[in-house]
Amino acid sequence: MAKGRIRRKLRKSHLYTFCLYPGAAGKCGQPVGGPGFSRTVHCNEPQMHSQKPFKYRANDISTTKYSFLSFLPKALYEQFNRVANLYFLGCAIASLTPLSPFSAVSMIAPLAFVVGLSMAKEALEDWRRFMQDMEVNSRKVKVHAGEAFDKKAWQNVRVGDVVRVEKDQFFPSDLLLLSSNNEDGICYVETMNLDGETNLKPKRALEVTLDLDEDEDFKNFKGIIKCEDPNPSLYTFVGNFEYNGQVYAIDPSQILLRDSKLRNTAFVYGIVIFTGHDSKVMQNSTKSPSKRSRIERKMDYIIYVLFSVLLVISLISSFGFAVEIKYSMPGWWFMRPQEADEYYNPREPVTSGISHMVTALMLYGYLIPISLYVSIEVVKVLQATFINQDILMYDEETGIPAQARTSNLNEELGQVDTILSDKTGTLTCNQMDFLKCSIAGTAYGSSSSDVELAAEQQMANDPVNKVELEAVVSSLSEKGHKSSIKGFNFEDSRLMNGNCLKEPKQEDIMLFFRILAVCHTAIPELNEETGSYTYEAESPDEGAFLVAAREFGFEFFQRTQSSVTVREKYTASGNPIDREYKILNVLEFTSKRKRMTVIVRDEDGQILLMCKGADRLVSLLYLDLISIIFDRLSKDGRFYQEDTTRHLNEYGEAGLRTLALAYKKLEESEYSAWNTEFQKAKTSIGADRDIMLEKAAEMMERDLILIGATAVEDKLQKGVPKCIDKLAQAGLKLWVLTGDKMETAINIGYACSLLRQGMKQICIQATDSDVKEEVKVDILKQINNGSQTIREEKDPYASFALIIDGKTLVYALEDDMKHRFLDLGVRCASVICCRVSPKQKALVTRLVKQGTGKTTLAIGDGANDVGMIQEADIGVGISGVEGMQAVMASDFSVSQFRFLERLLVVHGHWCYKRIAQMICYFFYKNIAFGLTLFYFEAFTGFSGQSVYDDWYMLLFNVVLTSLPVISLGVLEQDVSSEVCLEFPAIYQQGPRNLFFDWYRILGWMGNGLLASLIIFFLNIVIFYNQAFCIGGQTADMTALGTTMFTCIIWSLNIQIVLTMSHFTWIQHATIWGSIVTWYLFLAVYGALSPDISRDAYQILVEALAPAPIYWTTTLLVAVTCNLPYMAHIAYQRCLKPMDHHIIQEIKYYRKDVEDQHMWKREQLKARQKTKIGFTARVEAKIRQLRSKMHKKQ
Amino acid sequence: MLVSIVFIPIGVVSLFASRDVVEIIDQYETECVPQNFRNDKVSFIQSNANKTCTRRLTVTKLMKKPIYVYYQLDNFYQNHRRYVKSRSDSQLKDNSGWDEVSSCKPEDMSNGQPIVPCGLIAWSLFNDTYNFSLNNQQLAVNKKGISWKSDRDRKFGRNVFPRNFQNGTLIGGKSLDPTVPLSKQEDLIVWMRTAALPTFRKLYGKIEWDLQPNEVIHVTLENNYNTYSFSGKKKLVLSTTSWLGGKNDFLGIAYLTVGGLCFFLALSFTVVYLVKPRRLGDPSYLSWNRNPGGH
Repeated sequence: MAKGRIRRKLRKSHLYTFCLYPGAAGKCGQPVGGPGFSRTVHCNEPQMHSQKPFKYRANDISTTKYSFLSFLPKALYEQFNRVANLYFLGCAIASLTPLSPFSAVSMIAPLAFVVGLSMAKEALEDWRRFMQDMEVNSRKVKVHAGEAFDKKAWQNVRVGDVVRVEKDQFFPSDLLLLSSNNEDGICYVETMNLDGETNLKPKRALEVTLDLDEDEDFKNFKGIIKCEDPNPSLYTFVGNFEYNGQVYAIDPSQILLRDSKLRNTAFVYGIVIFTGHDSKVMQNSTKSPSKRSRIERKMDYIIYVLFSVLLVISLISSFGFAVEIKYSMPGWWFMRPQEADEYYNPREPVTSGISHMVTALMLYGYLIPISLYVSIEVVKVLQATFINQDILMYDEETGIPAQARTSNLNEELGQVDTILSDKTGTLTCNQMDFLKCSIAGTAYGSSSSDVELAAEQQMANDPVNKVELEAVVSSLSEKGHKSSIKGFNFEDSRLMNGNCLKEPKQEDIMLFFRILAVCHTAIPELNEETGSYTYEAESPDEGAFLVAAREFGFEFFQRTQSSVTVREKYTASGNPIDREYKILNVLEFTSKRKRMTVIVRDEDGQILLMCKGADRLVSLLYLDLISIIFDRLSKDGRFYQEDTTRHLNEYGEAGLRTLALAYKKLEESEYSAWNTEFQKAKTSIGADRDIMLEKAAEMMERDLILIGATAVEDKLQKGVPKCIDKLAQAGLKLWVLTGDKMETAINIGYACSLLRQGMKQICIQATDSDVKEEVKVDILKQINNGSQTIREEKDPYASFALIIDGKTLVYALEDDMKHRFLDLGVRCASVICCRVSPKQKALVTRLVKQGTGKTTLAIGDGANDVGMIQEADIGVGISGVEGMQAVMASDFSVSQFRFLERLLVVHGHWCYKRIAQMICYFFYKNIAFGLTLFYFEAFTGFSGQSVYDDWYMLLFNVVLTSLPVISLGVLEQDVSSEVCLEFPAIYQQGPRNLFFDWYRILGWMGNGLLASLIIFFLNIVIFYNQAFCIGGQTADMTALGTTMFTCIIWSLNIQIVLTMSHFTWIQHATIWGSIVTWYLFLAVYGALSPDISRDAYQILVEALAPAPIYWTTTLLVAVTCNLPYMAHIAYQRCLKPMDHHIIQEIKYYRKDVEDQHMWKREQLKARQKTKIGFTARVEAKIRQLRSKMHKKQ
Repeated sequence: MLVSIVFIPIGVVSLFASRDVVEIIDQYETECVPQNFRNDKVSFIQSNANKTCTRRLTVTKLMKKPIYVYYQLDNFYQNHRRYVKSRSDSQLKDNSGWDEVSSCKPEDMSNGQPIVPCGLIAWSLFNDTYNFSLNNQQLAVNKKGISWKSDRDRKFGRNVFPRNFQNGTLIGGKSLDPTVPLSKQEDLIVWMRTAALPTFRKLYGKIEWDLQPNEVIHVTLENNYNTYSFSGKKKLVLSTTSWLGGKNDFLGIAYLTVGGLCFFLALSFTVVYLVKPRRLGDPSYLSWNRNPGGH
């Protein structure tokens, strides 16, 4: 509890000047009480809310799709929303009537199986969601109950409750902050789950409630809050707090939102305002939509096409039937037309025709593969198992494998065009490492920039060996992870272990570190186990500075109300000295100021101003270096400017986050003069306050002396640059959507090689004008300018990057502008959106998805990415971090960004091809089979008689032809996984949809049509009327049907062999199995009692097998059926080979082993055209160096 | 190419087999109706007039025994769904199922009694009869073994006797001897194997006698069966068989055609390959090498 006591003394408001100010009492210009602002909360009187009109929703949440009661009807409804299922349902019902051409079981059983399976899957998924909700709802929080605070489950928290939330707990609902353990009612919250921002945000209680900071204070506490109705806006809040007869305005800085976390504060008290689904974060959440892949949606169209075909042939059939009934039937005495029932009544051909329509629709149902859905589902589950089991996507550190959470979208992975990625936690680890610094014009920190290193190596090597670059990248990125101290990755013996004292300019160096150790707002915490200090800092980079300072021997270990104490380990005398700095003022960091200044008085009484700030600022249109610090330097202070700038540029190019450090010494008089001014500004009330403060700060922060700069690495996750490089080569576009600051985002852009020096950056920013129209016009102009620039660009190597921030996006996403914005974004090699809200992430995703019509993939790790993950065609969650919201909402989860490469380039590519081929084959096989039924029916006077035994038909889809096609769908590989990774360009076959375009689908359907014709007519002609065996017997219907069916089985299996390019024993087993099963079935079926087998009794053994013509026909038909396809592939391979054909051939002839030179050259060529990514960057660097060399010559 | 190498010989062999088969076909449905009835054949066939008719068949080539006698009907929809379903297998199989006639409508009951064998198929049993004589000598037609053995043994019961058959107001086709069990009524067994197509042949019997070329066979036939109401043809066929079955040129021709086609395709691809060779695995065909525009 010692810590707690130290903290109690702190008034943190001392550290904050700009972002917080006391709520002005009685200021209520807001329309509280009006429409939309009707909520009334009786504080500490939750019982008031048990009845109308103050009865509000409970605090339990439910994200499930179904409830126990609604599951059956709802899930059934969903199932029969699929046209095909509805159709089969109709068929199943009709099969109970005498109209059915088959037995009822053979219609109902497959349908029940299909629907049951799908529903079981749904139920399982929903159960998981339910358990998740249960977990959240049963979290405990301390709630005021009469006398004391008792623990209660979240779901029992009511509006008006006073709750006590302790450190590192989540807020159970939206709260009004009453007080914290800090005297001035400040607390910190982490809003990662809301907006993805990683720095802590301070919240501040109203002054009137500050005293309520003990449990006992709430005994008689009463108050009324009148505020807005539930709404999704995270950053606004309008309301009044009536307390002790006074009315106080509440603003967002007093509101603690659900799903954010209390940090760096021991406890807070708050009143529950919005509960459960009323809370802002829940209002923000959108219903998770059920996603279907592009192929599946297209498949629906094919099914529609097949339905039309079905309808047409059914119409033909019933028309034919009616005609036959009317004109021929009276002559068919052997059918007793006079006694015919309504279905065959020659006097009422129309009725008969219509009823026959039903029969026909059922008979030709084989055109529509009922087992397609089941098979696809089975295949996808197996594919998902492969993804889950892939050892190469298993993260050894966390022990989490990749996971396909829904198996619906496997093949969609192979068609991704644009990736929208979150930054923090996805690309980066949310960890800052102090990497380099530049002090007094000297650069320290040994590890040189990765890109330079690689480029140098390139130049030295034969350009052919560029492939080795990857090895370099990966080895480098691994090296970066060796540092044992979190936040510190600095290697330079000149500064370590007190050696800095031996350096020239050691005064400057000492000062540099002192600034690092003093200029911050963090609080030290003694780790009792190790005896060292850890720091609770607002942002990770501040923490990194302090860790660095500590490592350099300047250990910050104590903060009091007005002072900071630093222990200097290495001094001239050799003994550690504690130095105390009195803090006079803090001008803290805001995103607008981009700098932080402290004014301190050191032990000698010298007043020092220490300042750290961004070295550059993003300007309006292009990224220029407008320096925050440099502009404020005094003339004498520019001594190191040139060197430092150079270093800063290098750091910036390497993707490091840089800050410049400066100081100045102040005279006592100068300071006190300014301080009075500043205090005046600080205590003033009203709208001008901010401006006055700004001005005062501005006055002080000038004439600084530059001392150096720091470079902090926003640590990328392992393998991210390499992965981005590969993805870029695979032709994917990457958009980064981050809630973080623009500078951070740009730094990461550099670090990931999404940006590079020489890339033209189009930066769109809204002006600060209040007039909406003006802002819009301005943004439009910027967008148009950007597009103009791109159009006019002549240099083929030029590439563009678009950078836009959230405020601007608000306008850019409006209907009239969004298409221009998208157009611009699509032309740019990379797009970075910063400071975007979760909603905007989702909106951008929707824009890209709908605007380009291509497949989008969103990847993120936090709750703020949920919207985007749900909106995108595919959502990928990063698992293994705190909070599983993103993973819960996602379709796939991986534990590291780098696994995305394998997920897309290998699994995506395979799954796409597999599913595409599988579906095509499915349609082929069902057309080939279904149409033979139609032809035959035409020969039976359109009576709806099928030539095959019911059992053959039942088994056709379910047993005989399902396993080979499933093995195709699960195991087919056109090229091996290594080749996929070596030639990411092959991935483009997916986004370009080469394997599932209408041309190909219709080709397959045509093939099916041809096959059906060949199968049917060859059989018919051969078995027309002649004896088919030496015994003189002629073929009856069963013999013909069985032979035809044998032909079909053989043809389809040969076809699938021709389709496959990858064989394992499983494929062999399934295909041979299919054929053997058929013969076995025939033998067994024939051996059964004739009660069951009817005409098929002994058909194989007695009739067909001894007849040579049966076998010769099978051979003839099977070969002839596949002749067109064989000719087609021979033609294609010969004259128009596709990439994977060539690579297959190369692999087959082992050319890649024999001719490695060629193999590598091709790998290189395949990736030349990329504009972002590491390789592109190295290329650019090489070009640059070459042109320099030319100039020198 | 391989296919053509395999196919062409098979084609040749089958064609030869088919050529070995000798077939005599005689279409008689018009000729066996007296001149005066030619305009209204239906009334002739439904009348009680004498329907005996004599035909002369000349043997073209040596026909080795056994010679199979077929009747071929045309335009007869034995494969019609209404027709196909109208039977009761359980009734045929075993005596105990004699009253299971529900699937036989409308030919299920007669005079309030179940019919055995019931259903339209049995009711419409073919009832033309053929008697052959060669040089005034009766040629015996063997009716044994014209059906599948499994049918005789398992599907048509030895203890099932025709009952109440062709007893109703409408007489369909042939009547059955109520003393002979169904397993011996091979005509019925053959007939009950419904044909797949509206034109079909069914085995009538076997002649166990070699026929020399130019011998003339006299056929005395009873033209009882009504194909006139649906203008169907009737043919009498005498045929030998080969290992392939009956005369079936098509199979051989098809084999030859497909083989030839394969040969042609193989040839043309070879030509293409020779004219425009593409080295297998030649990387210059990779997409990024072919269109310099990139992806």
